[in-house]
Amino acid sequence: MKLDDPNLKRLEPPKLTLFEKTYLPQILGGLVVTGRHILGAAVGGKAITVQYPEEQHVPSANYRGVHRLNKDEQGRVKCVACMLCATACPAHCIDIVGATAPPEWEDREKYPESFVIDELRCIYCGMCEEACPVDAIELTGLYDLTGLSREEMIYDKTKLLSVFDMTKDAEPMQSGNPPATLALPTSPLEPEGPGPRPSSSAGIPPRS
Amino acid sequence: MATWQFLVILVKIVLIVGIFQGAVAYMIMLERKIAAWAQDRVGPNRAGPFGLLQPLADGAKMLLKEDVIPGYVNRPLYILAPAIAIVAATIGFAVVPFGPVGTDAPTVSGHAIEFQIAPNVDIGILYVFAIGSLAVYAVILGGWASNNKYSFLGGLRNSAQIISYEIPLGLSVLGMIMMARSLDLGEIMAWQEQNGLGFIPAWGILVQPLGCLIFLISAFAETNRLPFDLAEAEQELVGGFHTEYSAMKFGMFFLGEYLHVITVSFLMSILFLGGWDPLFFDLGSNGWISAVIKVGVLFFKVFLMVVFIMWIRWTLPRFRYDQLMNLAWKALIPLALLNLIVTMILLQLFRGIG
Repeated sequence: MKLDDPNLKRLEPPKLTLFEKTYLPQILGGLVVTGRHILGAAVGGKAITVQYPEEQHVPSANYRGVHRLNKDEQGRVKCVACMLCATACPAHCIDIVGATAPPEWEDREKYPESFVIDELRCIYCGMCEEACPVDAIELTGLYDLTGLSREEMIYDKTKLLSVFDMTKDAEPMQSGNPPATLALPTSPLEPEGPGPRPSSSAGIPPRS
Repeated sequence: MATWQFLVILVKIVLIVGIFQGAVAYMIMLERKIAAWAQDRVGPNRAGPFGLLQPLADGAKMLLKEDVIPGYVNRPLYILAPAIAIVAATIGFAVVPFGPVGTDAPTVSGHAIEFQIAPNVDIGILYVFAIGSLAVYAVILGGWASNNKYSFLGGLRNSAQIISYEIPLGLSVLGMIMMARSLDLGEIMAWQEQNGLGFIPAWGILVQPLGCLIFLISAFAETNRLPFDLAEAEQELVGGFHTEYSAMKFGMFFLGEYLHVITVSFLMSILFLGGWDPLFFDLGSNGWISAVIKVGVLFFKVFLMVVFIMWIRWTLPRFRYDQLMNLAWKALIPLALLNLIVTMILLQLFRGIG
């Protein structure tokens, strides 16, 4: 656009009156705004704080927390040790040792003998989830990941499978069993939305 | 001076120092609560019922933390600076009247108990300002002795800021002083109580609105509170002058700042909000009951001022440095002079009537 373009609209800053130039009316307006917030939170109970240990935060449906390794209908690990997740991982936190699948597993050639994720190196980007051709690795809504040592935070296959057992009811797999019924994204704090359901969310303790 | 009077003064000093140190602890709690509420949070609520033990926890933390003195600091000045901060903030209370003084004071077996450590100091307000300006030494020395460029910048900014804002601060109260014809804080309060039209009191905020506003703005700058806290602007200067301070030395700067806020709130209440004048009804002039009510009213006004100062903190963003200087030199000082001149003219014209 050229400077003399007829479509160019020139805006002048609004002229302030002498009273407005003292900025007092604007300051008073600001005081009203903050005052409303202060009163609202102090006496109106409008504070949005979640009293964490007593009151559990429910993350949104697409929250990326601790990983899990999904199981199929027969309880076998779904992973086929194709290494796509480990390749996609920008943090190099996935370590898979593949092995030939047992002969009775006719639908696949390989399975992971060991599947280790270093949860401290992971940046929770979700690329592994995207890369997986069989929807075996998924990120859950578990956010309270803690440990007392670095070793404790390196999750092996058993631990990752146990995360699946822990979260399979609250967060159904995106495909496979049970049948995919992708819920529409709901607001994070809506009790009906997908995501882990804390059992205590019904009786939220009063804020003090 | 009789031993008895000496004892009374000692008791008053101990009481006032104790009360205000305790008040500061709870002011920090109040500040954190108001900060939280302004941001739609709840604020500290874990220590004790409603978080009321939080100040104790904070104090214990300050005292028990490791007191690091960096190797590159100028040791004597580094240690002196927080001491100056707290001493300068505390001794200002010597002339602040907390309740009835002079003839109004209640008596115990014929001896008047005056609610002021040093009663009837003729130059009360001058003393408060003089002591208040001493606080700048704490900041400058602290910043310089820390041997750290951020601390030094904080100290420099603060020195220029305080020197600039002393002028409008002083000019703004001159109007009140001329009207009350006294520098004694007690007399100024008494004047506000005795004058006035009908039920409208002659509070400073009504007879000197411009002076009141200028005083308020300058007071914010003098106490280093937002929007004028350039000396410790965290975003630009790490922590400003107290970057290198830890544990109780940092706590002493903190204490000093809050004591300063209390002093300023007292001055504001006394000079412009009528002191212990409880609007609309007249208290008897004598006796302990009226004295206690007066102390209560004054402390309530001070409390409101403190809340207001914290409220402003969450309303206005920090000034840029040139804006700060422009405000002082191009706006506040000319306005304060104008206010002074208009007051003088009016006083001269209506001398016989008022």
